Amino acid sequence: MTYLLILPILIPMLTGVVSLVFWTRIRTERTLSLIGVSALLGVAVALFLEVWNGGDAQILTMQMGDWPAPFGITFAADLFSAIMVLLTGTIGLMTTIYSTVNIDRQRVAHGYYPLVNFLLMGICGAFLTGDMFNLYVWFEVLLISSFVLLGLGVEADQLQGTLKYVVINLVSSTIFLSGLGILYGVAGTLNMADAAVQLAEVAQTRPGLVTTLAMIFLVAFAIKAAMFPLFFWMPASYHTPPVSISALFAGLLTKVGVYSLIRIFTLIFVHDAAYTHRTVLLWMAGLTMVIGVFGAMSQMEMRRILAFHSVSQVGYMVLGLALAMSGAEIVPLALAGTIIYIIHHSVVKSNLFLISGVVRWLRGSAYLKKTGGLITTRPYLSVLFFIAAMSLAGLPPLSGFWAKLTLVQAGLSIGHSWIVAVALFTGVWTMYSMTKIWSYVFWNKPKGETSPNFEKPIDYSFFELSVHIAPILLLVVATVLLGLFAEPVIAVALTAANQLLEPSIYIKAVMP
Amino acid sequence: MILPPSEQPDNTPTPAPLLGLNSVILDTAARALLPLLLLFSIFVLLRGHNDPGGGFVGGLVAGSAFALHAFAFGVQQSRETLRFSPRLFMAAGLLIAAGSGIYSLLLGHPFLKGIWSETVVLPAIGKLGSPFFFDVGVYFVVIGVVVTFIFTLFEDANN
Repeated sequence: MTYLLILPILIPMLTGVVSLVFWTRIRTERTLSLIGVSALLGVAVALFLEVWNGGDAQILTMQMGDWPAPFGITFAADLFSAIMVLLTGTIGLMTTIYSTVNIDRQRVAHGYYPLVNFLLMGICGAFLTGDMFNLYVWFEVLLISSFVLLGLGVEADQLQGTLKYVVINLVSSTIFLSGLGILYGVAGTLNMADAAVQLAEVAQTRPGLVTTLAMIFLVAFAIKAAMFPLFFWMPASYHTPPVSISALFAGLLTKVGVYSLIRIFTLIFVHDAAYTHRTVLLWMAGLTMVIGVFGAMSQMEMRRILAFHSVSQVGYMVLGLALAMSGAEIVPLALAGTIIYIIHHSVVKSNLFLISGVVRWLRGSAYLKKTGGLITTRPYLSVLFFIAAMSLAGLPPLSGFWAKLTLVQAGLSIGHSWIVAVALFTGVWTMYSMTKIWSYVFWNKPKGETSPNFEKPIDYSFFELSVHIAPILLLVVATVLLGLFAEPVIAVALTAANQLLEPSIYIKAVMP
Repeated sequence: MILPPSEQPDNTPTPAPLLGLNSVILDTAARALLPLLLLFSIFVLLRGHNDPGGGFVGGLVAGSAFALHAFAFGVQQSRETLRFSPRLFMAAGLLIAAGSGIYSLLLGHPFLKGIWSETVVLPAIGKLGSPFFFDVGVYFVVIGVVVTFIFTLFEDANN
């Protein structure tokens, strides 16, 4: 069944290539992409089931070109990777459905669908590879696609956002590449499993060198994950492109950074957890949470608020990673919290972005003051937003509640009460921002200046509206179900966390 | 602007470079060099089988052949000479390269494992194997990319 490992990369690639052939046939491209992304989701489900049913020690591996492990490129899927690929398929399908009505013909005619498919290929590749240099390559694949997707359409503020995004990501890639050079020099290998083995030896004689290397990779991935103090590019760029693009980015791109952090800080850089995890990661997580949520308070545009919240939520994800190795002993519950948080956040945040698109479509603007009154004209949309927003704020019984609860429990179990306090404090202000959107956009009557397109949804048809709403509805159902059936979700996350925190399983699977 | 050239505001008369440089020396040289360079690119591609060379370098040589052609005769005529859209070259190349990997997957081996034929032996390159098709795929992708760059830059310079 190892071919399941390569299909999540091959399917988007082939879909993208075939869309290249049908460059200007918009309808064909849309259909192709819908089929391709559905197939990706199907394969992702199969991969997840295969890994999950295999039990605790099940890790699928494939050696590309049949070159044995430390020399060739390894692909490996443990439960965490499989969960991430499953999320990619889900968010990819939802945004693709949404994009059939949200993306204008101009953008489709200039390669929207091939680019989205290549982006999905890059994301899946990053989640599945077991080789540091190959990870870099997948980063480049997804970054180049995302550069063009952000800039596609060439509106002034879009170009401004894209420029910041491109520059900071090139800096990050350069740092990543330098780190790879040093890693190869120090450990003589780029295979993640082999690097873990080799660096454990190096760390005994030269621990400072390994910690330095860890910090280089930390900076590279923290930029991609938008952590404090390297987050400013995200609120500057995520609100500019069409909504289905921002939703895709918000749901998946920062997760690739978080995923890489988790991978290297559970597998490779574990020798000095007192410094790397308990000091650096924990502080960065705390500051990311607080600064992100305060940044959101000052914003008055829906997508900017959401982008700042993404920063703050990344803090929660890294918090679990830091807590997992901050105590006297390893705490799998904390890492499980991170994994639940990643699932929850992908589902909810891309959904909120999708809703902001409908708001902009119906109100002609997403500036809070130019909107209003949606509760009377579109009650169902208001309900959907309310559920998603409250899930983000962490109200029971929605998915956000369980994600936060797990993290809080893990933090308290090892006596880190101050960071738990910070996390809860951040939750309160998340609630504040969500309430602000709720009252401006949905509850209050429109006042002040409204946009000329106010409540003139440009000849909208029932079909168009339902295609906008369908993915939103599905994602809201997902967040409710994730909350109601929290027990199996926590069980899956805990198994994945246990696998991650026991690197010998991974190493043995890659290099038997 | 990302608008296709046909939708560009056209308030200036088309300048000369779009039609080539109109130099007799360059025209004559380009006419002779295009087939030579293309042949050479195939030589480099095949040589890459066992020696330095390969699809990437071969593709660059072939791409530069079309660049020279575009300098001499203009983009419009180069597009006609190329016959297919550069995008199709990329798509075909990617398909061929992916296909060479999928072939081994279908035989139950890991992706991209080299599968060598024992019976088919070609005169110039020796045993035929799936890595050869991977290289051919790279060759076409590189041609497509290089030609797209050059044509786009040319057309942009003229708008």
